Amino acid sequence: MTAFLAGLEPRIDARHPAWLQALRHAALQWVAEHGFPTARDEAWKYTRVAPILEIPFQLAEPGPRWSAAQVEALVGDYGGPCLVFFNGYFDAGLSELDGLPPGIEVSHLAPQLLADSGALEGLFGHAFQTRPQAFTALNTALAEEGALVRIPAGTTVETPIHLVFLAAAGVAPQVMHTRVLVQMGAGSRATLVESHAGIEGEVYFSNAVSEVVLEADAALEHYKVQNESRAAFHVALLSVRQAEGSAFTGHSWALGAALARQEVRVVLEGPGAQVALNGLYLPRGVQHLDNQTTIEHLAPRCTSRELYKGVVDDRGHGVFDGRIIVRPGAMKTDASQTIKTLLLSATAQANTQPRLEILADDVKCAHGAAVGQLDEQAVFYLRSRGLPEAQARSLLTFAFVSELLERIGPAPLRAHVEQLVTAQLRGLEVAA
Amino acid sequence: MLDIKNLHAGVEGREILRGITLRIEAGEVHAIMGPNGSGKSTLAQVLAGVDTYQVSGQVLYDGQDLLAMTPEERAVAGIFLAFQYPVEIPGVGNLYFLRTALNAVRKQRGLEELDAMDFLELAKERMALVEMDPSFMNRSVNVDFSGGEKKRNEIFQMAILEPRLAILDETDSGLDIDALRTVAAGVNALRSKDRALLVITHYQRLLDYIVPDRVHVMANGRIEQSGDKDLALQLEKHGYGSYEQAAMGPGAKT
Repeated sequence: MTAFLAGLEPRIDARHPAWLQALRHAALQWVAEHGFPTARDEAWKYTRVAPILEIPFQLAEPGPRWSAAQVEALVGDYGGPCLVFFNGYFDAGLSELDGLPPGIEVSHLAPQLLADSGALEGLFGHAFQTRPQAFTALNTALAEEGALVRIPAGTTVETPIHLVFLAAAGVAPQVMHTRVLVQMGAGSRATLVESHAGIEGEVYFSNAVSEVVLEADAALEHYKVQNESRAAFHVALLSVRQAEGSAFTGHSWALGAALARQEVRVVLEGPGAQVALNGLYLPRGVQHLDNQTTIEHLAPRCTSRELYKGVVDDRGHGVFDGRIIVRPGAMKTDASQTIKTLLLSATAQANTQPRLEILADDVKCAHGAAVGQLDEQAVFYLRSRGLPEAQARSLLTFAFVSELLERIGPAPLRAHVEQLVTAQLRGLEVAA
Repeated sequence: MLDIKNLHAGVEGREILRGITLRIEAGEVHAIMGPNGSGKSTLAQVLAGVDTYQVSGQVLYDGQDLLAMTPEERAVAGIFLAFQYPVEIPGVGNLYFLRTALNAVRKQRGLEELDAMDFLELAKERMALVEMDPSFMNRSVNVDFSGGEKKRNEIFQMAILEPRLAILDETDSGLDIDALRTVAAGVNALRSKDRALLVITHYQRLLDYIVPDRVHVMANGRIEQSGDKDLALQLEKHGYGSYEQAAMGPGAKT
């Protein structure tokens, strides 16, 4: 841990607003005092941070530029506004911000932080201040770039807003701390796609934090596509706060990285808010893919739905830990959580842990978790109709994940993710 | 076409088939009747390639060693099993599944694969054969199908795949009389001089509609008697009791 922290200083620019300077000091101080999570932390029972801390990561430098075609091949193009970051640095040339409807703000964060007179404080500092954790604190102390998306009240953005975080090759292992801040005004609607990818085989560490605030009746469809290098590390927090009547749908695909941990934290603050979290994780080889979700029902009549599926092969390890907390006063809560894991090899490993903490009366909470293998009777049925065994197994595996692919709204995004998922599953077929 | 010689099959040391010998020629329809537990379904499964049995003996299909072939090789060679309990496959559309299967078979037979449009035409035509509702085309394979719908779906699949040897394992069970007539009519439409049928049933009823050339009575893992279609009528009258007692013999455990 000391090796990791040695030489780290908060990134403080004399031009930064006072609140940010103070916050960065506090965040780094927090890490120095509390350190990194260990196996004794319930939420980190199955994920060791040692492999990350052992590598002397250096703060990333701007990398070589890629062509637009290279970027598109890796993360797709969804026809809307797009912000591209290389190694955490904004690339104006590859970003596309033309044609944004008036009043809608999609910009990169660095200049906004410098110019801020306090408007961003509540957004930027919230995750660290409410539930501090080492990686969130590091991001708070060190993140300089990222995206700021503000949608005014009553406005609908039709095309998906695409945020692209790419890791280019570096001489030494690099770490990048990026930040996304999203403010959805009352009654506004938008779709946001976060793509995280890098050059295959590169070792780097991407530590990302996204903060989302939905005001009353706002609706956001959020897609996170994690397709980092299979040698990289990815730790991310998505923190969402929802006011009355708002609707948030999160989709998470964990495909890449040697070790990845995606945490989603949703607080239902206003009555009648709705959240749906969908997730798919496909660890193979020696990948370790961890998903942590916490949905906190604070207000009455809120609805939460969760569907996560994992397909684990080779010596892969899939983790799902889902907390649902129903606070006193959150009457008429309607919550459900479904986790299904498919193990394709004898050495594949999965840990799923639903955790329900219900502190209110008159609530509906359902949860189910299943870990299993391919149905051998179904495999035989398909083979008896002429499908070769490998094709039968891959068809059934694909059928298992198709439910989540069908939930993707924008057609080009669905096609792109389907392609990534197929490639990942095809690796399984070869290994079988 | 099919030549079974002294076929034995067992599970965990318990013998279920105890020396089956049976010869089926192209164009023939054979019926196997017998009480529950006589081994009828095991025979069907062993012929289709279920690998949970220890099998010995010989099965030649067009002169090839059938027991050495994988289930998919048997399917490509023209063997089709209509399952007694068709398997539900959530997430796989019925039509998509069948097109994949047909094209897998065509590809391995060196034929051109059918595109979605050509396949749809074929599917519509063959669905009419078993009076299957077209709404079943895009539903997941057998998911939320009634018992009768599942059986129709099996015969629909048979109509698409056009096997040379079709084994119908208790296709009549769970069918009401109207569905039975429809399914039987579908099967009869597929009868031809090149195609053989092995119909496994507990009841004579099905054989009123699919009239067999030969009827075999199976009990305790053996074929105890063979005859023409009249044998089925005798069985309907007298039941299987005499075969079961005869097979047990003195000293057998009850």
